[in-house]
Amino acid sequence: MTNSWTDIRNTDLVVIMGGNAAEAHPCGFKWVTEAKANRGAKLVVVDPRFTRSAAVADYYAPIRQGTDIAFLNGVINYCIQNNKVQWDYVKAFTNAAYIVKEGFAYKDGLFTGYDETKRDYDRSTWDYVIGEDGFAVVDPTFENPRCVWNLLKEHVSIYTPEMVSRITGTPKDKFLKVCEMIAECSSPTKTMTSMYALGWTQHSKGSQNIRTMAMLQLILGNIGVRGGGMNALRGHSNIQGLTDIGLMSNLIPGYMNIPTEREKDFTTYMSTRGFKPLRPNQMSYWQNYRKFFVSFMKQMWGPAATKENDWAYAYLPKLDVPSYDVLRAFELMHQGKMNVYFCQGFNPLQAFPNKAKLAESLAKLKLLVIMDPLQTETARFWENHGVYNQADPSTIQTEVIQLPTTCFAEDEGSLVNSGRWLQWHWAAGSPPGTAKTDVWIMSQIHLRLKELYRKEGGAFPDPILNLNWSYKDPHEPSPAELAKEMNGSALTDVFDPNDPTKKVLEAGKQLAGFAALRDDGTTACGNWIYSGSFTEAGNMMARRDNSDPDDTGAYPKWTWAWPANRRILYNRASCDIDGKPWDPTRKLIEWDGSKWAGYDVPDIAPTAKPQDVGPFIMNPEGVSRLFARGMMREGPFPVHYEPFESPVANVIAPKIKGNPVARVFKDDLAQFAETASPEFPYPATSYRLTEHFHYWTKNNHVNAVLQPEFFVELSEELAKEKGIANGGWVRVWSKRGSVFAKAMVTKRIRPMTVDGKTVHVIGIPIHWGFIGAAKKGFGANVLTPYVGDANIETPEYKAFLVNIEPSTGPVA
Amino acid sequence: MFPPIPNPPVTPTPPKFGEADLIRRSASSVPQPAQHLTEVAKLIDVSKCIGCKACQAACLEWNQLHEEIGINVGSYTNPPDLTENTFTLMRFTEWVNPETDNLEWLIRKDGCMHCADPGCLKACPSPGAIVQYSNGIVDFVHENCIGCGYCIKGCPFNIPRISKVDHTAYKCTLCSDRVAVGQGPACQKACPTQAIVFGTKEEMKGWADGRIKDLKSRGYANAGLYDPPGVGGTHVMYVLQHADKPSIYAGLPDNPRISPIVETWKGVTKYVGLAVMGFAAAAGFVHYLVAGPNKVTEEDEENAERLTEGTAPPPADPAQPQGHA
Repeated sequence: MTNSWTDIRNTDLVVIMGGNAAEAHPCGFKWVTEAKANRGAKLVVVDPRFTRSAAVADYYAPIRQGTDIAFLNGVINYCIQNNKVQWDYVKAFTNAAYIVKEGFAYKDGLFTGYDETKRDYDRSTWDYVIGEDGFAVVDPTFENPRCVWNLLKEHVSIYTPEMVSRITGTPKDKFLKVCEMIAECSSPTKTMTSMYALGWTQHSKGSQNIRTMAMLQLILGNIGVRGGGMNALRGHSNIQGLTDIGLMSNLIPGYMNIPTEREKDFTTYMSTRGFKPLRPNQMSYWQNYRKFFVSFMKQMWGPAATKENDWAYAYLPKLDVPSYDVLRAFELMHQGKMNVYFCQGFNPLQAFPNKAKLAESLAKLKLLVIMDPLQTETARFWENHGVYNQADPSTIQTEVIQLPTTCFAEDEGSLVNSGRWLQWHWAAGSPPGTAKTDVWIMSQIHLRLKELYRKEGGAFPDPILNLNWSYKDPHEPSPAELAKEMNGSALTDVFDPNDPTKKVLEAGKQLAGFAALRDDGTTACGNWIYSGSFTEAGNMMARRDNSDPDDTGAYPKWTWAWPANRRILYNRASCDIDGKPWDPTRKLIEWDGSKWAGYDVPDIAPTAKPQDVGPFIMNPEGVSRLFARGMMREGPFPVHYEPFESPVANVIAPKIKGNPVARVFKDDLAQFAETASPEFPYPATSYRLTEHFHYWTKNNHVNAVLQPEFFVELSEELAKEKGIANGGWVRVWSKRGSVFAKAMVTKRIRPMTVDGKTVHVIGIPIHWGFIGAAKKGFGANVLTPYVGDANIETPEYKAFLVNIEPSTGPVA
Repeated sequence: MFPPIPNPPVTPTPPKFGEADLIRRSASSVPQPAQHLTEVAKLIDVSKCIGCKACQAACLEWNQLHEEIGINVGSYTNPPDLTENTFTLMRFTEWVNPETDNLEWLIRKDGCMHCADPGCLKACPSPGAIVQYSNGIVDFVHENCIGCGYCIKGCPFNIPRISKVDHTAYKCTLCSDRVAVGQGPACQKACPTQAIVFGTKEEMKGWADGRIKDLKSRGYANAGLYDPPGVGGTHVMYVLQHADKPSIYAGLPDNPRISPIVETWKGVTKYVGLAVMGFAAAAGFVHYLVAGPNKVTEEDEENAERLTEGTAPPPADPAQPQGHA
């Protein structure tokens, strides 16, 4: 989230699209009801189904899954055509005036530089014209036809209301009504918040779905302001923490990158990370990358990381592919190239697409280690559960070791919520049986490996032998010790670089924040964005002061928010170019003539003059990007692409199937249904229900009572056509698998007209499996396709093709 | 935001109401309480409800109820009906508004309404099995229940259910145990959107006014409060988007009244009434002996025997005021 849950109460319009907050985030949804109560805010829901969120919405519009970009490009087009743009914001705080290189163009669904065999682009033309002064060339008058604004205007012009309706299935009048409601928020005193979740991420172009809305929010001037923002509702209580800490194959903590194979030494690695400002006076905060990186290496390897050995750069793994995401990992398993798999707090057999492929892959492993507080389907993938899991244990040689862990309520630590708040929690109970904390288990593995390396040596034992492991109890570092490392500390006395006699930090003391980090090895910090969370003043994450001066919704003393306890990112953009709030009733910070101050921690240097320094301090431009340069694999502007399995061809680019740059493994391509396949005529979408949390709560009796049995949802019209009775059995199958489910025949799904054709959507909740208290059932991922988003590889669970027929149910 | 009810003190506190605050007791009389407690009410705002079922889960957990895991019958309403373990149930109705042709998903939390004029209590032949406190809570006293099921017949909302295990009637208690120590009901505590709020009946009416004003401003011209006069008003009230058509909310009665049979029964002279009640109770008792395996407490036996032998406790004196219905 750019903002916080509590800030949602400051909004005038809530748009829930690409998510279902009432269903999946019922506790956070209270802030929507607060906005409605306090500000008379309106709620708009755009979703293929009439959801629980829609049940309390002021306006609902249906949309075919996988067509959000067409819809949102259409809204952008509407705003431009009807002059519903917050011009002062767009001119001052976006790259609308930047001139784009000659050669960059868009035609028939593709940008300049596409290579079909590589499924990738040469992105060299996707950039600004750089002037002789080394800065990007801009035209504040917007007269240059090559400026971003004019290119954007042209790019979205094809998404007329008629075209949007033809692609998305949203009736034109409903689309226009949503446009009108959104366009009102182009006023500087009206804001809209975007609440989205997996309904946008789980597409082969998920990142672009989100980006399109971010662009719309910029055009409306809604980023950095109270009640505005792009608010990603995270699906697990600590999934925000997972990404912050860099638990991805291509990241290290604080959104820094694991080096690639080509980056053989530290100098090469840093050569592309200069982050030189693209406009005068800009902060381009990533210029401090070296400080964050060196401090991280010092935290990891302590004295073994020296200037002479490039801060132990050689210890870091080097990627030979862009990422070892889960889809790639299972593909490698499937090819027999990955033999050992540690599965920690993860149930991939349920959670990842194409269950048959996953089961085959797990059966090829030599060793599978499961760390989980619960029994999981993955741990029991080899067990035969009849139609629900048709495994033959006699043919499976995989050794499975289950290590029972504690759950969050049996351990202390911090959970990072969607609003970037690090909230410390304490153990509420003792773990059952032989369950151990994840920290204890990982420590044992580390200590034993270290001992083996010490005794037997190995190809490269240094990173393991030299790992900084200075904990009071090496067998179980405490959560507080680990949290202190994240915050960072001074390794030696640190002096002011401008005045070497002035000591600014004392050796051994916790850092007050990331501004204190150095690139000379005198500071250590496990995760720069968490610096400030555990200082000499104590554990900031454990704060429980719910005071909120002037009811701004900031709650600045409640726990701690990264970065720097800032509650709203880019908050300098809440003020105009002179530093005065756009909306004085929703003041966040302001420029008092000499410095920035207010309710939130300013997201800018406190003395940065408002006319000089832009609010988007992480960007070398200092402004936000309507044109993404080469940072998105699909292109600088979002384009509508159909899902890989679609009931219609792409209206704007009929030759393109799916996302042209999404990675597809060869065997999986053969398992996609044809476009408009008569064999698989119905687009399906998978989702969560309030009554359950992923695959956990089916182990809990009460949750199982509230939603006992697997079902699929379909319209009354399709049910009639197929002779399917409400509450009766159906069989649903895709090109990858088949499930039996109870039928929920509902008015909440209605047939849509897409490109002149009637389309029936089928809804498939995900929560059932062959383990737990609830009735045995099938996971939705028996059916889903094995393909991910082109930028981050989140699988396309939200749009695929199936067929359906009435059935007598599974035969046990 | 409605001001939240603060957490209770850790030290035990004496209950805020009890036997001395009864204003009605089934098939028997109670002395008029020295003071009348402030009436409480739970307000359920259907327009703010997201159907998350946190209330249903909280009810099961607070009351330590064990509901069976059922099957899917083509609805989000699970289990499909109230049971002796499910005191409260989210009922989901898909309704197409004929005026706008828009679908509305109406989600109503069903359960005991705690009527000011409780049909269950009036129909109950067993002395002290159903009681009403001066704060408005209608409670079942299981040791006095003979399982005849007359409370179900008497209830205009079809709420109580007879347990197949102990053959006594169950329903929502408005968490009388929690209210007695200054807390709101468990369902209210669990509700994430404050669709359920709890306080004095006057406060709740005032809160409802604000909500109705908001709904009217959003185009719900017929938004209103459901506090039906036919049962003397209720201590569980609804804010409805379409208060002119309560029945679209999964059959919420448009104008609930106590069955005329129950009213007639209550209207006859005390002696005839007693005789009828004694007979009815006896019939009920025989019925439940026959109906299935029984686990009856000694007290049940005694009560039943007293009833069948015509030695019931002193009957209600019609001259004595019975609350304020």
